Amino acid sequence: MPSALTIAGLTKTYDGPPPVRALAGVDLSVEAGEIFGLLGPNGAGKTTTVGVCTTRVRPGGGVVTIDGFDVVRNPADVKRRIGVVTQHNTLDRSCTVWENLYYHCRYFGMQGADARSRTDALLTQFRLTDRATAMAMTLSGGLAQRVQIARALAHHPTLLFLDEPTAGLDPQGRLVLWDLVEGLRADGITVVLTTHYMEEAERLSDRVAIIDHGKVLIVGTPADLKKGLGANTVCEVAVDRVDESLLQAIRALPSVHEVTRTERGVRVLTGSRDGLLPRLVEVALGYGLTDVAVHEPTLETVFIQMTGRELRD
Amino acid sequence: MRSNRPAPPFSTARAVWGLVLRDLRVLRRTFGPFVVRTVMNPMLFVFVFTYVLPSIGQGVTPSPGGATYATILVPGLVAVGMMFTGISAVALPLSMELGGTREIEDRVLAPIPVEFVAIEKLCFGAAQATLGGAVVLPLVTFIPATAVHVRIEDWPLFLVVLLLASLAAGALGLALGTAVRPQQIGLMFAVVVTPIMFLGCVYYPWAMLRAIPWLQWLVLLNPLVYMSEGLRAVLTPDVPHMPVWAFLGALTIATLLLGAVGVRGFAKRTIS
Repeated sequence: MPSALTIAGLTKTYDGPPPVRALAGVDLSVEAGEIFGLLGPNGAGKTTTVGVCTTRVRPGGGVVTIDGFDVVRNPADVKRRIGVVTQHNTLDRSCTVWENLYYHCRYFGMQGADARSRTDALLTQFRLTDRATAMAMTLSGGLAQRVQIARALAHHPTLLFLDEPTAGLDPQGRLVLWDLVEGLRADGITVVLTTHYMEEAERLSDRVAIIDHGKVLIVGTPADLKKGLGANTVCEVAVDRVDESLLQAIRALPSVHEVTRTERGVRVLTGSRDGLLPRLVEVALGYGLTDVAVHEPTLETVFIQMTGRELRD
Repeated sequence: MRSNRPAPPFSTARAVWGLVLRDLRVLRRTFGPFVVRTVMNPMLFVFVFTYVLPSIGQGVTPSPGGATYATILVPGLVAVGMMFTGISAVALPLSMELGGTREIEDRVLAPIPVEFVAIEKLCFGAAQATLGGAVVLPLVTFIPATAVHVRIEDWPLFLVVLLLASLAAGALGLALGTAVRPQQIGLMFAVVVTPIMFLGCVYYPWAMLRAIPWLQWLVLLNPLVYMSEGLRAVLTPDVPHMPVWAFLGALTIATLLLGAVGVRGFAKRTIS
């Protein structure tokens, strides 16, 4: 399978003052047809990466090709093949929903009749027909996001960029959007999705790249990344006071892989929870135990293990 | 391998045409406010200066050449109307779209060089400036109480001046729109637009500034001077005006310079 998107040695520093190094050498390859998640905290470089891929940010160094076309040398060819949904609502506020879609089709060279029928089809597909004549600025966040996705798909792109698509949406709007993205998989559209919500990356992505400080830390399927932790259980132990003796006592327990300090106590990664919990509680009681939570590892656990920080810091 | 489909023929032209259609649609929706915005300033100006002031005995004395003040005002007010339209049709929305709402993004992502999006803005602004001039001209010709002598003798020159003046207005709008942040719009009117309008040889022919030589030289930096003088030459040829080569040359240079600044500014603001 050819790569839909290839990023090699991508760097970017925004002019100051003070200069900000946003990307410090990103290498990635996205295969055709997959949903690829770029997961990282705010400021990690996700939006800059998408900006370069979508011709809106000039790279400092490195090469990005989409469908074989270089984003710097052939921006028009690239733009014809991609759909872009940016973080902010960029709908044309002087136009209606219908016009937003219709003129977008015209920008991509469709004739009047084609643009009209494509617009009507999109309105039906995205259940927006009853909003056709609403002015774009009157739409709620979730609806606006749906129109933006419809608009990004209007010219039949093969690669869709979704930059933080659910930021600012309520839980219900987020679910609607997740369904929509999963629907795209069925249409064979390649999707690159940036997010700082690990549930989102985990649920939607075939593969995930974890990115921090402008660098890719690790790439793989969510299952592989979690398997790489070597642990199948995470215990969050909240205690009143943490010191080295507590960490040592826990490390001495059987099947404990790793113990790290957290804001409220310690996080214990373990290969097996059998029999561990009572002993963990026993140890922690002496340190003012207030809470124990047990869960399976998530991508957030992976991120924390790799960076020592939480995703939403 | 890569699907190296050739671009559909004329796709660039079609994309630009799409941008024009969008702007036409928005103009049609906002045509009422457009006319009000264009009409108010010149209408009040001719009303006060060529009706109220003469009626209360405070009128401006006729200039050399025997033209009434109302006649002198015609080309100037048409020029100001065009300039003002260029700024409000291009600079104001563009400043908001680039600095606040980012809604220009969808057009920037059209499969054409972003410079074309800027040039379309400039040209559409120029078309609106022409329209603005067309709205103002009958107004300032028929409202004044005193006689107004407007006659177009040289039609080709008139059309050339109209075209260049419109493009200059659109180019100034583009340059300002890409340079000014939304929060600075008030400041832009105070620092740039007001001096341009008051020192643009609108209310007096450039030749009469002889009396204040330093000012006569200084205002040559103002593109509105050449719009006013060019229109003066073609609409009211009896009133003193600059030589044809001077205003045509200056308008061409101003358009190219402001256009280049505007297009570069646009590319800079849309591709970081």
